[in-house]
Amino acid sequence: MYQHKKLNSNSNNFFQKFKNFDYTLLACILLLGFISLATMYSTDGGKILFHTKSHFIKLIFFTLMMLIISFINIKFWFFVGYFFYISVVILLIWTYLFGIKSSGSQRWIDLYFINLQPSELMKICIILCLAKFFHRMKLENVNSIYTILTSLIIILLPMGLVIVQPDLGTSLLIAISGLAVLWFAGINHRYFIYTMLGFLISLPFIISVLKPYQKLRVLTFLNPDRDPLGAGYQIIQSKIAVGSGGIFGKGFLKGTQSYLEFLPEKHTDFIFTLFSEEFGFVGSAFLLIIYAIIVYRIIAIGANTRSYFAKLFCYSFGAAIFIYITINMSMVLGLLPIVGSPLPIMSYGGSSMLATMIGFGVVMSAKVHSQQAIA
Amino acid sequence: MINSSSDNVKKLNSINRRMFITGSVKFFIMIGLVSRLFFLQVKENKKYLTLSDKNRIREWKLAPVRGEFHDYFGNVVAGNFEAYQLHVIPEQVEDFRYVIYRLKDLLELNNKEFKKILKKKNEIKPWETLIVSDNLSWKKFSKINNHLYDLNGVKPVISISRNYPFGENFTHVIGYVSQANENDIERNEDIKKNFVPGLKIGKIGLEKSFEKQLIGTNDIERYEVNAYGRRISQLEFQKGEKGKSLRLTIDTKVQKLSNELLKDQAGSICVMDIYTGEVIAMHSSPSFDPNLFVFGISQDDWQIIRNNPMKPLVNKTLQGNYSPGSTIKPIVALSALENGIINSNFTVNCRGHKYPLELYGQTYHCWKKQGHGFMNLRNAMKQSCDTYFYEIARKLGVDKLSETAKKFGLGKEVFGDLFNIEKKGLIPNTQWKKNALGQSWLLGETIITGIGQGYIQTTPIQLCLMTAQIANGGYKIYPKIVLDDEKKVSPIDKFTPLYKNSKNIKIVQDAMFASTNEVRGTSYRSRIDDQKYQFAGKTGTAQVKRITEKDRELDLKTFEIPYEERDHALYIAYGPYKNPRYAVSILVEHGGNGSTTAAPMAKKLFKTIIDRHQLRESINNKKYLDI
Repeated sequence: MYQHKKLNSNSNNFFQKFKNFDYTLLACILLLGFISLATMYSTDGGKILFHTKSHFIKLIFFTLMMLIISFINIKFWFFVGYFFYISVVILLIWTYLFGIKSSGSQRWIDLYFINLQPSELMKICIILCLAKFFHRMKLENVNSIYTILTSLIIILLPMGLVIVQPDLGTSLLIAISGLAVLWFAGINHRYFIYTMLGFLISLPFIISVLKPYQKLRVLTFLNPDRDPLGAGYQIIQSKIAVGSGGIFGKGFLKGTQSYLEFLPEKHTDFIFTLFSEEFGFVGSAFLLIIYAIIVYRIIAIGANTRSYFAKLFCYSFGAAIFIYITINMSMVLGLLPIVGSPLPIMSYGGSSMLATMIGFGVVMSAKVHSQQAIA
Repeated sequence: MINSSSDNVKKLNSINRRMFITGSVKFFIMIGLVSRLFFLQVKENKKYLTLSDKNRIREWKLAPVRGEFHDYFGNVVAGNFEAYQLHVIPEQVEDFRYVIYRLKDLLELNNKEFKKILKKKNEIKPWETLIVSDNLSWKKFSKINNHLYDLNGVKPVISISRNYPFGENFTHVIGYVSQANENDIERNEDIKKNFVPGLKIGKIGLEKSFEKQLIGTNDIERYEVNAYGRRISQLEFQKGEKGKSLRLTIDTKVQKLSNELLKDQAGSICVMDIYTGEVIAMHSSPSFDPNLFVFGISQDDWQIIRNNPMKPLVNKTLQGNYSPGSTIKPIVALSALENGIINSNFTVNCRGHKYPLELYGQTYHCWKKQGHGFMNLRNAMKQSCDTYFYEIARKLGVDKLSETAKKFGLGKEVFGDLFNIEKKGLIPNTQWKKNALGQSWLLGETIITGIGQGYIQTTPIQLCLMTAQIANGGYKIYPKIVLDDEKKVSPIDKFTPLYKNSKNIKIVQDAMFASTNEVRGTSYRSRIDDQKYQFAGKTGTAQVKRITEKDRELDLKTFEIPYEERDHALYIAYGPYKNPRYAVSILVEHGGNGSTTAAPMAKKLFKTIIDRHQLRESINNKKYLDI
C-alpha cells in the first residue's frame, strides 16, 4: 500500500511522467509519421504540394495532441468515456442531417477550419465507451442478456448512423472495434461462433440486399479480370504496382504506376501500394514490422497496466489497429474485396489520423499512469 | 473486497487468456500478409513488371520511307521529297480559336477546308497532333515561319512524301500512292504490319505490285505514357529501314517521246528489246498527273480525269482489248507457211469491190476499191491485201491460226501477274466459241479473223511481244519491266524456237520489210532509208463498227467521220532491219488509218531508240565491269 502511494505521488510529478513514457512506441509512431510524409511527398510527384503540406501539418498537430493526451490521467479518459461516445453519436446525427455531401455520400461536417468525419472518431469512442461499460462489471454479469443487449445497442446505433451515410467500410470497422472489446471483456466465445455461423448462413441474403456497386465490388474481388478497365481496374493496377516493386522496389519517387497515375486513390486507401512499389518487399516488410512493434507495444502496455479499463482499452485498441492494417493491406493485395478503409497514420485524412492519435494518446496515458487504479 | 478482488483476478485471467488467443491469431495473420507480399513481389515479380511496362510504355510508329523507282539510267522517276506540313497540338495552344483563325487567314483556307480541320480537331485527343496542312508551298511555309511568334503551339514540320518528277509520263507504269484505306490494310499483310495513320501505299501499277519491297519499315518511338495516354518522356528511337528501290527497264527519254507523240490522242506505245524482253517504253495516252493523288485528289481534279472521254484512267497498253486489224497478218501468214498450207509463191487474185469474196451469201471486201490484182505473199503483206488473207485464212482454219497466235504470245497476259489489271485479249477457236457462246464456229468468222477482225482481240503489249518474237528470229522471250526483280526466276524455255522452219520467219520478216521500205508498201511514207535506222513493220486499221454498203459508197475521209466511229490505227514494227534489236507497237484509238497516223510515229521513235542504243549498251557493259 505504501509503495503504491509513493508511486502514485511520484507519477504526479511531470518529469516522472516523462520517464514513464513508452519511447519505443513513440519512436515507432514518429518513424511511421516520417515514412507517411515521404510517401505523401511521392504521391505529389516529388514536390511539396497540397497533400504533403496538409499531411505534415496534421501530423505535427495530432502528434502534439497525442502527447498532451498522454499526460492527462487515465482516470479522466475513463470518466469521459460515455460522454465522448454520446457527443460523437450526436455528431453522427448532425452529419446525417446537415453533413457535407461529396461523391454520393454524406460523411463530413464542416467545422470551418476542418472537415470532420465523425465516423472515424467513432472507431475510437466505441472502444472507450465499451471499455468503461465493462470496467466494473462482474464476470458473471458479462454474459447476462442485459449486458449483451446494451453493448449491442452501443455498437449498432453508430453503425446504423454510418451505414446510412452510406459508408459500409467504416461501419464494419466500428463494429469490429466494438466486438474486439466484447471479446476481451469475456463474452462467451460461443456467441462469437454463433454470430459467425449466422453471418455465413445469411451471407447470400446480405449480398442480395447490397447496393449494386457493393455487389460489383464483391464480384470484382472474386474475379478482377471480369472488367479490367472498370470495376476491376483498381485492384488490378494495385496488384501490378505491388508486384512490379520486386524485392528492393523501383526506388523512391520512381514508382511508375503511381507517378503515371495508374494507381487509384493513391493518397488514401491505396497508399501502401505506392510505398510497396517504390520500396519493394524489403520496405513493405519493414513497414509491417513497425506496425507489428506498435501493436506489440500497445498490448505490452495493456498487460502492464493496473486498471482493468486501461487494459481492456489497450487490448481492444491493439486488436482494432491490427484489424485496420490487415483489412487495408488485404484489400490492396487482392485478398479482400475493396472496402473503404484507411491505413492508420499512412493514409491521407485528418479524421482517421485524429482518431488513431487519440487512441495512441490514451494508450500512452495508460503507460504513463500504469499504476493508477480506477475505482 | 475479497469477493471483488477474486472477481478481478478471474476477469484478468479471462482477458489475458483471450489476449493470448488473439495474439496467436495476429501472428498467423501477419505471416499470411508477409507471404502474400512475398508471393506478389518476389515470386510473381516478373509477371507484374511486364504488366507495369505494358502499362507505361507505348510505341508510336512513324511512316516508313518508301523505296524509289529509277529508270534504266538511274534517274529517279518516283522519289521522295520533303513535304512542308503544319502540325498543331491543341493542348499546347493557349487560345486555340485565335490561332486557328489566324492560320485560316495566313493559309488562305476556304470555309470547307477550315471546317474539315475543325472536325478533325474534335475527333482527336487534345495531346494528339492535328495536321492542319500536309503539303504547303514553300511560300506559305515561310510565311508561317515568319509569323510563328504569334502562333503559339503551331509546329512547322518537314515530312517525307512521294513525288513523281516526270508527272504523267510514268503513271500507267508505276501508278501512284495515296492514303491507305481499310480495305488495303485488311488485304495486305505488309501494309497492316507497317500501318500508321496517313501511310501512303501504292494504289495501282508497280507501286501496288511491289508494295512489299517498297514499303520499308517504320521508325519506332517508345514513350513513357501515363494512365490517360499522355506522353511523358521518350525512351527510345528505333530507326526503320527505307524500302527497297527498284530499277525499271524503261528509258525515260523514249517514254517521254511516246507521251509527246500521243499528245491529245488516245492510244498506246510500247517499245521492247527483242532479245532481253526489257520494256523500253510503255505508255498509255492520255495520262494524268499521279502527284495529284498523293495528298488526296480534289473533287474537281477527279471529275476532270473521270469525265475525260479519252479515259485517262484506263491503261490502254495492258487493259485495252482491241481488234488487231492487219497487224495480225504476219501471224496469219506465218501460220499458213508453218502448217504447209501455202508457200511463198501462193497467189490470189484480188479483184476489188466489184468482185468481192463471196461465201454463203456474205461478201468480204478488200480495203482497196480497185483491188490489188494477182498477189503473192510478199505483195499481199506489203500492200495489206485483205482478199489474199481471207483466202489463206479459209484454207488454214481458225484452230491452226489460234495455235500459232498463242505461241507468239497472244491471248494471255504478257507480264503474268505483275499487273493485276492486265487483260488477256482473246484468240478465238472453234472450241472457245462452243464453250463461251454455245455455238458452232462459222467459216465466215475464220475469214475475218484472218484480217484481225471479229472475235479476235489483243492488247498493244501483246502485239509488241508478238513483233519482238518475230523480229528475233522466232524465239521465245519473257518481257520484263523491273530489272533484278527477285520474284521472277528466269524461265527455262527462254529462246526456245517458236517456229517449225526458220525460213518461214525469214519470209514474214522480208514481207514486213517490203511493207515499209518498198514502193506501194502501206507504211512506205514512214520509212527511213538510212540502214542504221531502217525498220520493218506492218500497219493495221481496226474497224470499230461494221462497214455498211452505204459507208463503202460514201468512202469518207477520216476527219469526216464522228470520233467514236473512226477506225483504230495500229502499227507494229522492229528495227534496225539488218540487225534488229527493238520492237514497237503503236495504237491510236480512232486514229483513222494505220499508215497515216500510227506509222509516222514509229519513224520518230526508231530514230530516238536507235540513237540511244549505244548508251543503253554502255550501261549494261559497265554493270559487268563492276563485277
